[in-house]
Amino acid sequence: MKTINASGIHYRALNEIIKELVRSGEDIINLKNVNGQRYIGVNLSGITKINIEGTPGNDMAAFMDGLTIEVFGNGQDAIGNTMNDGNIIIHGHAGDVIGYGMRGGSIYIKDSVGYRVGIHMKEYKDKVPVIVIGGNAGDFLGEYMAGGCIIVLNLKNDEDIVGEYCGTGMHGGVIYLRGDVEDYKLGKEVIKEEIDDRDYVFIQKYVENFCQYFDYDFQKIMDHSFVKLYPIGKRPYGNMYA
Amino acid sequence: MLKEGYVRIPSGCAISGIIDRTGRLFSGQSIADSIATMHDRSNGLGGGFAAYGIYPDFKDYFAFHVFYDDLIAKQETENILKANYIVALEEKIPTRKTAHIKNAPLIYRYFAIPRPERLKLSELDENEFTIKFVFNINSNIPGAYVFSSGKNMGVFKAVGYPEDVANFYKLESYKGYMWLAHGRFPTNTPGWWGGAHPFNLLNISVVHNGELSSYDTNRKYLEEFGYICTLQTDTEVAVYIFDLLLRKHGLPIELACKVVASPLWKQVDRMSPKEKILYTNLKIIYRRALLNGPFSMIIAYEDGFIAINDRIKLRPLTAAKKGDMIYVASEEAAIRQVCKNPESVWMPRGGEPVIAELIRENEKEMYSTKEVTA
Repeated sequence: MKTINASGIHYRALNEIIKELVRSGEDIINLKNVNGQRYIGVNLSGITKINIEGTPGNDMAAFMDGLTIEVFGNGQDAIGNTMNDGNIIIHGHAGDVIGYGMRGGSIYIKDSVGYRVGIHMKEYKDKVPVIVIGGNAGDFLGEYMAGGCIIVLNLKNDEDIVGEYCGTGMHGGVIYLRGDVEDYKLGKEVIKEEIDDRDYVFIQKYVENFCQYFDYDFQKIMDHSFVKLYPIGKRPYGNMYA
Repeated sequence: MLKEGYVRIPSGCAISGIIDRTGRLFSGQSIADSIATMHDRSNGLGGGFAAYGIYPDFKDYFAFHVFYDDLIAKQETENILKANYIVALEEKIPTRKTAHIKNAPLIYRYFAIPRPERLKLSELDENEFTIKFVFNINSNIPGAYVFSSGKNMGVFKAVGYPEDVANFYKLESYKGYMWLAHGRFPTNTPGWWGGAHPFNLLNISVVHNGELSSYDTNRKYLEEFGYICTLQTDTEVAVYIFDLLLRKHGLPIELACKVVASPLWKQVDRMSPKEKILYTNLKIIYRRALLNGPFSMIIAYEDGFIAINDRIKLRPLTAAKKGDMIYVASEEAAIRQVCKNPESVWMPRGGEPVIAELIRENEKEMYSTKEVTA
């Protein structure tokens, strides 16, 4: 275990230190007083766990392949961009464009997220990326989604569980919402349905993790109606220029 | 060097704003530290600050901050200035020699009030009179540029990183109740001193991250009201639109926000009958004042500031509150740098303004105690 006081260190220097530690197989790195340093965990693979106290900067964990990052604070924008594997846990809210083009791994966010979360996530065989959001989400959630899973729990029961243009252009994957959503917010490529038993079992695993990370009562969360959003077809624009 | 509008450099920006709603004055060091946290969002081609409450000794005078390329421009400008204004104080704006700020123009400030006989002859109020003066200098005197024209406030800007600009202008020595900052990463145009943010007219100052694709529609609309866009920079129109909406048309702040970030027609369709009438009319009347394209923007006026995003939120914006202090910035880190334990931190949704104004009650109390007679 290594502890680094990140106060006043430029992101390039900080990430250089982190990279060396991860490559040498360090099991835990504690980063204290992080404030705005970008690109933490970018393009790293391994089994290291990074604990962050403070507010990490944009593009955290982009292209990350493995590792666990736990943030004891809020996240900023563009976390997990094109992430391939690993686990991110954020004890707060997160900004816009979370999990853009995500290909694997998981992101758990205790509170709400901003706009354009989970855009164009994709999956291949057993690589299925998952984003679990404790609060609500802004516009364009799961836009052009091609695979993977987004779960929105809306634990504060906000009026808007998701914003507008949810699932626009969706052609793969699934979005689960704890609660219901008005049709006008959904892209025309999306079907809305009540969940069935198989869905329930699938969600359960991730909600259990969520409850463990953030200390919530599992039964209280699951004892609620869910809907799922999935695409009408795999090629929504297949006939566009035909 | 080719100026704004003649070269296209495609590329982000950083913005930050702080207000003490009680009107207490604090040094410019806080805003400088805040914007410096986002150093990597800008590229050194422009940084600037707007400071409110810094000239209490001259609070009834227009404070003109002017860049001059040469002494001829200065002489010509001063001739016009002194023919129209009584100048109480003129001086070089104090600067510090720093390694990072180069090629500085001559930078002067003037505290002035319109000559009563000139004002009377013009049949304008002092604000309109001053706008005419500013546009006259900026469009007709080569090498002179009035970049700040409010009262008890001032803009300080340059080509450089914002923290170096703060150091250059000795901002730590000023005290204001509200501060804006900008770090520039020029989109479309090269960086030059006049083109740095904030943009200002009278008491309105704007810092902006984004790009206004509606610039030309807005410019033509504003020209009908006598505004002259001299910079070919998109942000300039935002200042004049808010001057038009708030000062000239007297729109409530909330509605002015709904003009620049107006609800989409399909959102209007879902509104209550009463709201539908209001927003339909607002959209039709102010169609050409809509700011289209990605933006996060802070607009300061003498009573406070508005922080607002475009309707589909294509630029970042975070807000925080601690007691009577309100902070807004492109990134949360820029707020936490100067406010360790905010009570609340939130990200406003697209088109939903954060409006942070001075608390009026205090002032009323102050006036009421003053007005007690007999």
